[in-house]
Amino acid sequence: MLISLFITCYNDTLFPGTGKSVVRVLERLGHTVEFREQQTCCGQMHYNTGYHPEAVTIMKKFVADFWDAEVVVIPSSSCVAMIRDHYPKMAKEAGLEKEVEALVPKVFEFTEFLTDKLGITDVGATYPHSVTMHTSCHALRSLHCEDRPQRLLKAVRGLDYLELPASDQCCGFGGTFAIKNAEVSTAMLSEKMKAVLSTGAEVCTGSDNSCLMHIGGGLTRQRGTARCVHIAEILASEEGDQ
Amino acid sequence: MSIRVGESAQAATFPKAAKKLLQNTQLRRNVRRATDTIRGKRAKVVDEMPDWQALRTAAQQIKKRTLRNLDSYLVQFEKACAEAGGKVHWARDADEANAIVVGIIQSHNQKEVIKVKTMTSDETRLNHALEAAGISPYETDLADLIIQLGNDKPSHIVVPALHKNKSEIRQIFMEQMGLKELGHAPEDLAGAARNFLRERFLRVKVGFSGANFAVAETGSVCVVESEGNGRMCVTLPDVLITMFGVEKIVPTFDDLEVFLQLLPRSATGERMNPYNSIWTGVTPGDGPKEFHVILLDNGRTKVLADEESRETLHCIRCAACLNACPVYRQTGGHAYGSIYSGPIGAILTPQLQGMQHSTTLPYASSLCGACYEVCPVKINIPEILIHLRRKIVESGGAALTERMGMAVAGYTLADSGRLGTAQKLVQLGRQPLDAIGLPGWSAARDLPEIPKQTFREWWKSSRGGK
Amino acid sequence: MSTAREEILQRVRTAIGTQAPEEPVQREYRQAGTLSEEAKIDLFIDRLHDYNAEVYRCAAGEEAVTIAEALTARGKKRILIPPGFPAALLPTGPDFVRDTALDYRDIDATEGALTCATAAIAMTGSLILTHSATEGRRALTLIPDYHLCVVYTNQLFETVPEGLRALGGRRTSPVTTIAGPSATADIEMTRVKGVHGPRVLDVIVVAAG
Ligand code: SF4
Repeated sequence: MLISLFITCYNDTLFPGTGKSVVRVLERLGHTVEFREQQTCCGQMHYNTGYHPEAVTIMKKFVADFWDAEVVVIPSSSCVAMIRDHYPKMAKEAGLEKEVEALVPKVFEFTEFLTDKLGITDVGATYPHSVTMHTSCHALRSLHCEDRPQRLLKAVRGLDYLELPASDQCCGFGGTFAIKNAEVSTAMLSEKMKAVLSTGAEVCTGSDNSCLMHIGGGLTRQRGTARCVHIAEILASEEGDQ
Repeated sequence: MSIRVGESAQAATFPKAAKKLLQNTQLRRNVRRATDTIRGKRAKVVDEMPDWQALRTAAQQIKKRTLRNLDSYLVQFEKACAEAGGKVHWARDADEANAIVVGIIQSHNQKEVIKVKTMTSDETRLNHALEAAGISPYETDLADLIIQLGNDKPSHIVVPALHKNKSEIRQIFMEQMGLKELGHAPEDLAGAARNFLRERFLRVKVGFSGANFAVAETGSVCVVESEGNGRMCVTLPDVLITMFGVEKIVPTFDDLEVFLQLLPRSATGERMNPYNSIWTGVTPGDGPKEFHVILLDNGRTKVLADEESRETLHCIRCAACLNACPVYRQTGGHAYGSIYSGPIGAILTPQLQGMQHSTTLPYASSLCGACYEVCPVKINIPEILIHLRRKIVESGGAALTERMGMAVAGYTLADSGRLGTAQKLVQLGRQPLDAIGLPGWSAARDLPEIPKQTFREWWKSSRGGK
Repeated sequence: MSTAREEILQRVRTAIGTQAPEEPVQREYRQAGTLSEEAKIDLFIDRLHDYNAEVYRCAAGEEAVTIAEALTARGKKRILIPPGFPAALLPTGPDFVRDTALDYRDIDATEGALTCATAAIAMTGSLILTHSATEGRRALTLIPDYHLCVVYTNQLFETVPEGLRALGGRRTSPVTTIAGPSATADIEMTRVKGVHGPRVLDVIVVAAG
């Protein structure tokens, strides 16, 4: 399958390792990955903060960049949620209904692409660490990921999976929320960190680097014992990597 | 016009109020404990309902139908209620509503009124108006009594005194009821309220209530409660005044079968609340001899006019969204500066009161979606929050730095070349990130190391731009 | 100047505007029960026990003895009854006071009330009163601290929709649904029994003859 990778703007800039891991997993599974270099962003930050016209401009660009892709894989639940939940309505205003309607079903979040589209849970990874998982709100409530990421993790050799308590609680990131309401966000973050540390896991993973950056940023500040790693990086790991 | 939502027009901004409340560890512990309890109970009784989603869908459709034909349902209700012996009044705003209530009580030469928990009367600040007219309002709901005696503000729409624990409540009761002794068990506190109010229930000649539902078809009014104080207020006095927002109408009596299943399970995690009172006008030989209804607008028609957010009016005030909200969990209800707190407050207060008074409320959410998931009438609160943010931005209500940041980001993200240039700047230093206001972030979190190479650079170098 | 009524209705009409045609209300929730008669009664009793109500079961014709048993168990001697409560159901022994036009304070001074019901709902453990002559006016089952209610199995429905629809023409009489004794969850969200309404509720379930 020819898979078009939408890396997302912040993964591109801040977490290139996640993108490399996605490429590694998909190629290992025998697929071809393309990267359309004109791509930028899904428009989520603008949309969620109330900057609608800007978001529409970015959506138009996304549609122009990917309309003819076979499938688009995105290592970020929140960007997929943006596209699935909001593009159809925005498209009406932009007169792009047909294009968006055709494109949306071809867009997948990375882990759901593996389990649902490719029907795979064992991606041939080895990761000899104890791991807990933060399910981001978008993965949980918009993508309805259920236990798909956990199934992938449990198939990884050497990985010791530890359940996160109160896993349906938001970590407090919420994009500009973490800045506009920094104190409340910090209070939410402390609860999340407490939960992560209570598992004793070495690694906290997830399908959204935004949440992981938030939790991880708190953990390093506190010199916590756990670090945050995107699920793609775990699934890419092979014997000898660690 | 004096649209008023309690004292929300004078309230501090959300981040400011929240910051202060976050220091109150006792309050936060109380809120966390109470919301954890109620969430657990709700989940249990919702999970046992195989048709929960079907009920939610039906409720949403009934509410949509109601709003779509609200004018005719209001007229239908008015007619049916009048035929059953009720008198219907209409109030455009808070002052008009309060004046009607005061007028009715004065026409009977009464100086006291017993009240069952009514959000709309908190909205209009009725107690304030009554006191100004020399009339004593007695709150009879246990939590409202705690608030009234403790001279406090409600922090939750179902359990207004949720921020108080039992020893704090005991303290208030002992001081305000003049009790020398009082047990520590919740039963003892409930018993104290029973003794304190019993004489008033038997004495006071005017009762005041809100309504959870009003049936257009029959002119019936429904009050959902637990303690029996509601039954006391709507049954024992000679004169009963019931006030509710125009959106509380449901078309048919059978529609109650949907809401009376959704509400108790969502609100208190019970299969059914102890009491529902449904009455239609006046019944000779049973209950009040005179029954007044006040249909309140107070900004509701403004909400109705906005197609994108009118479903805010579907709300049945169950507070499930508050209990589920991770933001509310941290701050409690006072941070919202309104009698309507939590996610529903964040969308309702600005729309009723006017956006200019509460521009920070629509941002008091991480958009996690927990509210939408539990809402029994399926109000898409995150969508409405975003819609209101858009309205704030469009009316120039956002900070200049934010607008500039967003404009720059929008310009940058419209072109991959520009994005590449910006990424270079980010790599050179953290300036661009800090410039849009990251200090709040950095107080408690580290920013990640900025990688030397972006993904697109890696792709280009390793794949030759293939 | 237009009246508030006209102005509000006009605002509503303007706000609604012209809209797409009305969507039908899909009532795909459960509108009828599926349990057997015995399972339905068991469920009802189970729910009542959840509320700490004492439940008695008897056959038609045994009401009087069962009422006597319930009142003795609670030590009640002087009980209010609605004007139309069937005399045939009353045991000898306790003192029954028929409510004609008693003052609220007189009602407050009694030990409890004994009534029939219009319907009951098994799933929620609810009794529904429409305050007919056998159920009494609302104050009767509100002011006293004890309520003993006699309900027949042919009045019992499994689901909420069935129970409410069974009211038929009596739905515009005053309706009170009662699920357990009065309670509050206002103190730390825990259900505490007994606030202003009757603090004790007992139910006699009579097998309909
Ligand atoms: S918005 Fe929904 S969940 Fe929140 S109080 Fe209203 S009905 Fe309940």
